[in-house]
Order: sequence, then structure tokens, then C-alpha cells
Amino acid sequence: MFKILRERIRQGHRTYPYPVQAPVLPERFRGRPRIDPKRCPPGCRGCEDLCPYGALQVRDGQPRIDLGLCLFCGECAAACPAGAVTFTRDHRLAVRHREDLLSGADEPRLAQALDARMKKLFGRSLKLRQVSAGGCNACEADLNVLSTLVFDLGRFGIQFVASPRHADGILVTGPVTENMKSALLDTYAAVPEPKLVIASGACAIGGGPFRGSPEVHNGIGDLLPVDLYIPGCPPHPWTALDGLLRLLGRLTQKS
Amino acid sequence: MSALTLKNGGLVPLAELEILDFAAFAAALRQEVDAQGRIAALFAAPAGEQFDLFALVARDRQGQLAVLRSRVGTRFASLTPELPQVHLFEREIAEQYGLVPEGHPWFKPLRFHPSWTGRDAWGRDPRRHPLVGEMDYYRVAGEEVHEVAVGPVHAGIIEPGHFRFQCHGEQVLHLEISLGYQHRAVEALLPGTPAAKIAHQMETLAGDSTIAHASAYAQICEALAGTPAPPRALAIRALALELERLANHVGDIGGLATDVGFLPTASFCGRIRGDYLNLSAELCGSRFGRGLVRPGGTAFDLDASLAARMLERLEAVARDTRGALEIFFDSPSVLARLEGTGRVAAQDAAALGLVGVAARACGLNIDARRHHPWGAYLDRFDHLVTEDSGDVFARARVRRREINDSLRWVRDALRDLPAGPSRLSLPARAARHLAVALVEGWRGEVVHLALTDQDGRFSRYKIVDPSFRNWSGLAMALRGEQISDFPLCNKSFNLSYCGFDL
Ligand code: SF4
Ligand code: SF4
Repeated sequence: MFKILRERIRQGHRTYPYPVQAPVLPERFRGRPRIDPKRCPPGCRGCEDLCPYGALQVRDGQPRIDLGLCLFCGECAAACPAGAVTFTRDHRLAVRHREDLLSGADEPRLAQALDARMKKLFGRSLKLRQVSAGGCNACEADLNVLSTLVFDLGRFGIQFVASPRHADGILVTGPVTENMKSALLDTYAAVPEPKLVIASGACAIGGGPFRGSPEVHNGIGDLLPVDLYIPGCPPHPWTALDGLLRLLGRLTQKS
Repeated sequence: MSALTLKNGGLVPLAELEILDFAAFAAALRQEVDAQGRIAALFAAPAGEQFDLFALVARDRQGQLAVLRSRVGTRFASLTPELPQVHLFEREIAEQYGLVPEGHPWFKPLRFHPSWTGRDAWGRDPRRHPLVGEMDYYRVAGEEVHEVAVGPVHAGIIEPGHFRFQCHGEQVLHLEISLGYQHRAVEALLPGTPAAKIAHQMETLAGDSTIAHASAYAQICEALAGTPAPPRALAIRALALELERLANHVGDIGGLATDVGFLPTASFCGRIRGDYLNLSAELCGSRFGRGLVRPGGTAFDLDASLAARMLERLEAVARDTRGALEIFFDSPSVLARLEGTGRVAAQDAAALGLVGVAARACGLNIDARRHHPWGAYLDRFDHLVTEDSGDVFARARVRRREINDSLRWVRDALRDLPAGPSRLSLPARAARHLAVALVEGWRGEVVHLALTDQDGRFSRYKIVDPSFRNWSGLAMALRGEQISDFPLCNKSFNLSYCGFDL
């Protein structure tokens, strides 16, 4: 017992003072891309040809990255000779609408809060059922992390629950394999109305690395109405937390 | 001599692989297993109207790999009755190509996908997608016998799978594990997929084993190109692999602590696992090591100042790790729950071909870093950890001891990185060759094999995740246990669903 107490004291208190203090991410972390089309040499499409997932598209000489398809591998930035595409350490990526994931030179569109009625219902207590539908389990692992003491999701009134009957919504990871489609839809159906759907990770948004496989459905977009998209492969826990708190109106547009 | 031997990372021209008739192939495999060989992979590939069967035998003591090849029509005599370790490989071959291993004692689909040839081994309608989990489950009948079915969607944030327990009261007589829910058709996709995509798919075969699978793939590409990655890259890969092992082993001990209700270690380890992931992120920006390993080397280099910073952080994390583990393994109430629970006998483990932590906890000497060393492990890995009791305690102890070894490894690697480039560009791949790569991931042996066509493209790519071997071990561990011990037993294996489902 004595040893346990001593260790407890030694290891100390490690919950991060978020959102009062912004998280510090590693130097090589790839968060929101920054695109500076002014640097692009005329007619250059090098990055578009390079991205294996079609996430990078050059339209009218302006590169844009579809954050829903992007795996944040950073290869486009490494290959761009002009430095037009770079990745910042900004972890704030989640949005409410699919089209807001298209990221170019303009201001990022961060997730808006739910409407007043839904916010009243879920703003102080949100219970989510997580459904893993064919991902690689890294998304799941980094969602589990939210319940550890560094992030301490519970202090925001958000909790993952076991039964869809106890849930206010589902949070889906994975590209939705053919073999998980019906279990996913059943779980969704079991959640009482009104309910939320959150797509977390490149797989759930657009199929991720398995986009186009005959055994996957390229994410939940065509199957369920999505209320929040959390990009990343996998999304950093701070990205997921940021998205959830914005959805509930717990972060201001500027923070 | 019918088998061709090669080393890990080796390459053989397909033309040099003698095609044995099936009886000779079966006899040779039996002989290999009698001489303590392990069948590390068995798979089929189309050969005109017929099919080639390839077996990869790991002769651990000799540090050799042997490849055997045979050619069959649509049926062959099942090897499973004599060599139980191939039971899943044969079911996989049947499901992929519609071949029938006659006399297979446990003949069911694995991943529930349509066959690649339009021929169905179970006579199901090949135009219809099979329903996942639709098969005959093993059943026990009698008074007080009942069945408990769990999944596919489990409580908690975890991957889907289906478990059926045949119970007599509280006691489990048999557990059947039915997976396939995560099946993404990776092996079917690979032959036509552009290389730029493959690297990402390899990194996400099993997300917690990103480095292990990406390294195996890179090793395959380098073998086919005849150009090994530079020593600096190999050192960075091994460093990342050991960080991956540290994160997962620590996380698993935290999971065991949660399951036995020992909260201090549970919460410490949850955080410390993250500290290791964050060290990986210092290296390449991703907590899971995404984007680090690429054919030809690594996409990121590690300069002296970053290495020094990582080393400093490592010391603090190592201290916390030691503290968290010590109180766990010093608590009599914890040990009482771990000892004797979920025991797997060594002969069962060997017969089923278990690998990794699960095998070493039964006293089996299996570790690719030791027996089939590659890259930075060559001549540098001599401490293979085994325990004898085969129970949850042994699996926890193996992890604890491996944590100490990996810490030492990471520290040494950070202090002493070979000079030179961290990436080379690779020349074209050898045509019509077979290449093989083994990597000891944190769960166990990751096996990749590739066959190339006349243009050097993959014509067949075979992946064996350690989970493919080890789920059977979990089923064995549950025999005669209380069903309430399932979470603890399950955590002590901590297997991958998507790694199995592919
Ligand atoms: S970082 Fe995203 S956009 Fe760039 S190459 Fe990778 S997947 Fe494509
Ligand atoms: S989005 Fe990426 S990390 Fe998440 S499940 Fe898919 S492959 Fe894995």
C-alpha cells in the first residue's frame, strides 16, 4: 500500500489544462495543411499526380486538399518544390459539412455548434456509442485515449456508453465493410431520436486507405446523415476532442 | 533436396522452385514439422487452370526459411488432421479460391467474402455475398449446457467480432471465435494497386502494428529490388519497432490492471502508453508511425538534436513505466488473479503454431529478431524472453521483461545511429521471383510473401499477421475457465481483428 501511494505521489497529476491551454504537438505533426497558391509555378500539377487518394486537386491553378480523403501522409508537401503545400501543427480540423472539408488558401471553416434545441439537449451531457466498421483500430485506439487522464473526456460531460439505447448518437470509425454494414445500421436504428452521427477518421469519411475496395462502402456518407466529420488517419485525440466540443458549443470560434 | 532455403529478406526465382506432387509436398511438410520446423505461411496462387500451393517453413534453430511448392487442381487432401497448425491456412485457401481441402475437420469460411474465382468451396451461390457469421457453430448439448453469444458490436471502443461460448454452468467447455467483420479485401486488392497506395494500406493492416507491417513490406520491396535499405534507415526502423512494442506492451499491462481492478497501474499505463506514442510522433509526426517506413529507407531522418531530446524524454517515461509495473507485479491480489488463469499447454501452442508473446509465454523459443534477424537486429539481439506457465501471468511477465529489453534497445539506438543516408531510391523489381520478409512485431511474427509477374509487379501478395495464428490460442486458453475470466484472458492475448480479417 505504501509503495502504491508513493508511486501515486511521484507520478502526480497529469490532466492537461485544456482548453485553457492549447495543446502542444510535435514538430513533425501534420495538422491543417496551409496552401499558398501564389507559390505554384504556372501549370504545375505535381502534387495532384502524386496524391494516391485524389485528396489533392488543382483547380484553376489553386491546389485544394479534401481533408476527408487526405491521410496526412505529408508526401505532397515533401514533393512540392515551391513549398506551396505545407502542413501546420494546427489540430483543429473537424467540420459540420462535407464541403467544408475542402481546404484551400481561404480561412478554415471550423465546426459550428448544434442548433439551439439540440445544444440544449446534448450540450451538457452527450453519450456516444462507438461503432468500429472496418478500420485499422488506430482510430479506435486514439478515441479510447480520450478517456485516459490526460484528456479526461468525462469532465466535459461526454462519455462512451455500451448500449445504443443509452446513447445520444453514434461515432463511427472504419470505411464500413460489407460485413459490418448491417450491424452499423442496426446500431444506429437502436439509438433513440433525436440522434447524432459522427464520422471519425479518413476511413469513416471516405474509405481512407481502403477507398475503392469492393468490400467497403467508402465511409458512412451514403448510408447515414453525418453531423460531424473528424479528419485524420487517425485523427489526433486533440482533433477529436476539439470537434466534439465545438459541436456542443463549448469552444468559441476563435479558440 | 526438395525445399529451397533462404534467409529472411531473401529472394528466389520462381523457376528454381521445384513443383512437387502433392503427396511429396505433404510428406516434406510433415518431415519439416517433425524436425521442429514451423509452417509460417501456406497459401495458393493461380497457375493457369490449376493452383500453386506455397508453404513457408521457419527452421528457427538454423535461422533458415524453406519454401516448398506444389500444384493442385480444385481439391487436395487436407493436411490439418496431421498438422493442426495449417487449419486456418487451408480454410483461407478454400475461401479465396474455392479449393477444397478434403477431410478438413473444421471446414468453415473465415472472413465471409465471395471467392476470387467464382467457385465456392461450400457450394454457396457465388453471385451472392455470403452473410458474415453464417455457418454451423460447434455446439454442445446436455443438461445445464448453454450457449452465450457475444458481438459483433461489443461494449467499449473495440473492433467487431463474434464469440460463442459453450458453457456448463459458469465453466466454458469451448469457445468459438468467428471473425471477418473487418474484412477489407487487402490481399485481393494488392496485385492491381499502385505502389503509392500500397504503403498506406500496409500501414493500416493492423493500426497498432504500423511499423511492423510497413517494415515487412519495405523489406519485400528491397529484396525484389536487390537493394537493402541503408543502415541508418534500418536502425530507425528497429527503433520505431521497439517504441511500438513499448507502447503496446505497456498499454496491455494497463488493460490487464483494469480487468483485475488494480486502478493505479491501469491509469498510469494508459497515460504512459501515450507517452511512447508521442515519442513515435516526435520521430515522424504520427503517434502510430504513419509515413515513417518507406521502401528504400525511412521518410524521416533523425538528427542528433532530436535524438538527444527523445533520449531525455525516454528516461522520464522509463522511470514512470518501472514504477507503474513494479506496484502491479508486487501486489499479491493481482498475482492471485493472473496466476493459473487461461493456461495454454506448450504442446497445444506448438501444434497450433502460436507465435509471439503468446508462444513465448508457453516456453516456446520463437522470435524473429533472434532466429531470423534482419537489419539492425543482425548480431545484436540475443535476449529472447520466455516464461513457462502459459497463463495470463506468463503473458504479462513476458511483456514486462520485453519492456525492459526494448527500453535498453531504444536507448542504445538513440545514442548510436549509423551515419549515412536514410533513404535510397530503388531500382526495378525482379520479375518472376518470390520474396519473403519476417518482422517480429509486438504481438509476434509478421510474415509477408510476394510473387512477381513478368513485369515485376505483384501477382500475389500474402500477409500473415500474428493474430491469424493466435486467436486459436485464446480459444484454447478459455477451455475449462470461468466465462467471467474471458475479458482477462482476452486482454492477455490482445489480438487484432483487422489483422486477422485483412
Ligand atoms: S498528405 Fe494528403 S493530400 Fe498530401 S499526398 Fe498525402 S494523402 Fe494526398
Ligand atoms: S482512418 Fe486511418 S487510422 Fe482510422 S481506421 Fe482508417 S486507416 Fe485506420
